[in-house]
Amino acid sequence: MSSEARTAKKSRSKGKPKIGVFKFASCDGCQLSLLDAEDELLGVVGAVDLAYFPEASRTMLKGPYDIGLVEGSITTVHDAERIQEVRRQCRTLITIGACATAGGIQALRNWKDVDEFIRVVYATPQYISTLRLSTPIAEHVPVDFELRGCPINKYQLIELITATLAGRKPNVPTYSTCIECKRKGNVCIAVARGIACLGPVTQAGCGALCPSYDRGCYGCFGPMESPNTASLTSQFRILGQSDEQISRAFRGFNAWAWPFRKASEECDRT
Amino acid sequence: MNATANRTIKVDTLARVEGEGALYIKMAGDRVADVKLRIYEPPRMFEAFLRGRHFSEVADITSRICGICPIAYQMSAVHAIERALGIKIDPRVRLLRRLFYCGEWIESHALHVYMLHAPDFLGYQDVIAMAKDHREVVEKALRLKKAGNRIVQLLGGREIHPISAAVGGFHKTPSKSQLKELVGELEWALEASIEAVRWTSTLQFPDFEQDYEFVALRHPEEYPFNEGRLVSNRGLDIDAAEYEDRFAELHVKHSNALHSVLRGRGSYHVGPLARFNLNFDKLPQVAQEAATQAGLRPPVKNLFRSIVVRAVELVFACAEALRVIATYEPPAAPGVEAPTRPGVGQAITEAPRGILYHRYAVNEDGLIVTAKIVPPTSQNQKRIEDDLREYAAHLVAWPLDEATWKCEQAVRCYDPCISCATHFLKVVIERE
Repeated sequence: MSSEARTAKKSRSKGKPKIGVFKFASCDGCQLSLLDAEDELLGVVGAVDLAYFPEASRTMLKGPYDIGLVEGSITTVHDAERIQEVRRQCRTLITIGACATAGGIQALRNWKDVDEFIRVVYATPQYISTLRLSTPIAEHVPVDFELRGCPINKYQLIELITATLAGRKPNVPTYSTCIECKRKGNVCIAVARGIACLGPVTQAGCGALCPSYDRGCYGCFGPMESPNTASLTSQFRILGQSDEQISRAFRGFNAWAWPFRKASEECDRT
Repeated sequence: MNATANRTIKVDTLARVEGEGALYIKMAGDRVADVKLRIYEPPRMFEAFLRGRHFSEVADITSRICGICPIAYQMSAVHAIERALGIKIDPRVRLLRRLFYCGEWIESHALHVYMLHAPDFLGYQDVIAMAKDHREVVEKALRLKKAGNRIVQLLGGREIHPISAAVGGFHKTPSKSQLKELVGELEWALEASIEAVRWTSTLQFPDFEQDYEFVALRHPEEYPFNEGRLVSNRGLDIDAAEYEDRFAELHVKHSNALHSVLRGRGSYHVGPLARFNLNFDKLPQVAQEAATQAGLRPPVKNLFRSIVVRAVELVFACAEALRVIATYEPPAAPGVEAPTRPGVGQAITEAPRGILYHRYAVNEDGLIVTAKIVPPTSQNQKRIEDDLREYAAHLVAWPLDEATWKCEQAVRCYDPCISCATHFLKVVIERE
């Protein structure tokens, strides 16, 4: 080994791209996906420097970072400021999961009186400071790529990191869950059994899990590219679903994603 | 002059825990003046937005409180709602739910023992640095974790936020042959877990014992998951329905998580140590033997030995999973039909970190009227502060950075899940 190579080996991050993992309001599940990639984890950490990943390490190196992975939604004034700093520190900023890309389940507050919510949960409401809305990261700073899912698919995450480092476009499809379901050879539960299923308007990525487990898709991966929610709403009505039920179906983990939000609000109005 | 007098230990972002929190310890000479475990994870207010949702959606929604223990949230939710609606589940479904929980315990405990906690004992910043010197150990940990995740994946479709749990049972149950495919890897995992008990027992443990009130479920025949009475080593013995009469949640200014106390008694300890101490006799022989050989006898009061107890629970979970698989017969139907009728139901189940309480009131349309959720970390939070008040006093003469690390290690003994309790941990030790 040349002395130069030795120096490079000694220096923790020399030559390896630096990755930072940042958390906002969320359940930690999407960043955990990285630790859940049991077969790939040691390979990944061999190729990159996880410079800031508090869930896994006490070492918290300062930026700038080559890639920032952001989990969670913005719900506090402090976080709205912190995301600006995270953006400044990251060359490529990738949001991961339904909270970061759509506001998450906590965006259900967006239709309600947040002060009343705080009073329900906390005895001394004045100790709590929170924003009225739970909003996705892209409403605050420019985002380079949004990886969907509640939770994200770990193989899509590894593909995304690999593609970003290689400077190519990641292979993350934007078609519907129906395509995945057909490829698996599932019998359509909506057609054959009349089960209300969000598969036709939901982006692929989970492997059509719910229909494979005899239940309707509940939309974890958020709206596909150009979803026809109006048509699905009519179909749900034909299946005997009430407007309240349809509104609740769209108002799940990706409730604040525009097509789903619009679809649920249309049901509220009728 | 005493160089160590009057200082502050502070960790602004406590690492290797789930969620966001900070620890602040103020020392005045050899006295600990103040301890605050500050949870600044933003509140997400599940209990508020669950109102008006249908009972069939609750397990899917509450699983999103925590990406590390979603099954715990699903199990407490479905059992509480089943109680509200008066549903009796098929005994075979009951067994399958135990298997589901085994998967989560194995995945969560393997993650905590090796990847989050062991680096403290061995002096590494993280498991990645540890892997450079102990690659075989880390590879084994990952394989063990994966064995647990395979159970979760098979029963629930995916590791994080699985999709099969339902009020009344499951959406779909596996075939016998699908479960049999898990056996080979679980037999390996059982051996690996026994080795984990031996390996963790060789670590160095600070001499720190406390007189805890341990609280856990107790079932007449089994090591507890989903059923049993809530008991303690000081005579508590109640049904889940009495929980709120005996426990109170306090809202303190420095935390977005509520502090739980036993009314009239104060802090208490939930999790592996509590379960082990209160249910040692219900552990299968293989787990009891592994514990005994590692020198563990109940009551274990040394907080730092919780890493060994977690490994004992890994042995239990692998053995239990194998037992369930060996006796499994698929239920006639994946679940029983849930009636729509008003009711109130409570349930406590044993999440990897300790007891998780849920209560729901359901109306005549099947919609949730009120919801209450008390996660294990908020139950341990006051106890963590009480421990640190004692423990920090032992560290007066230590250099600040080492004392800080030790306090962090103590907090991590609880495997705190701050995402659950609202939701990362920052430690600050201040010496005046």
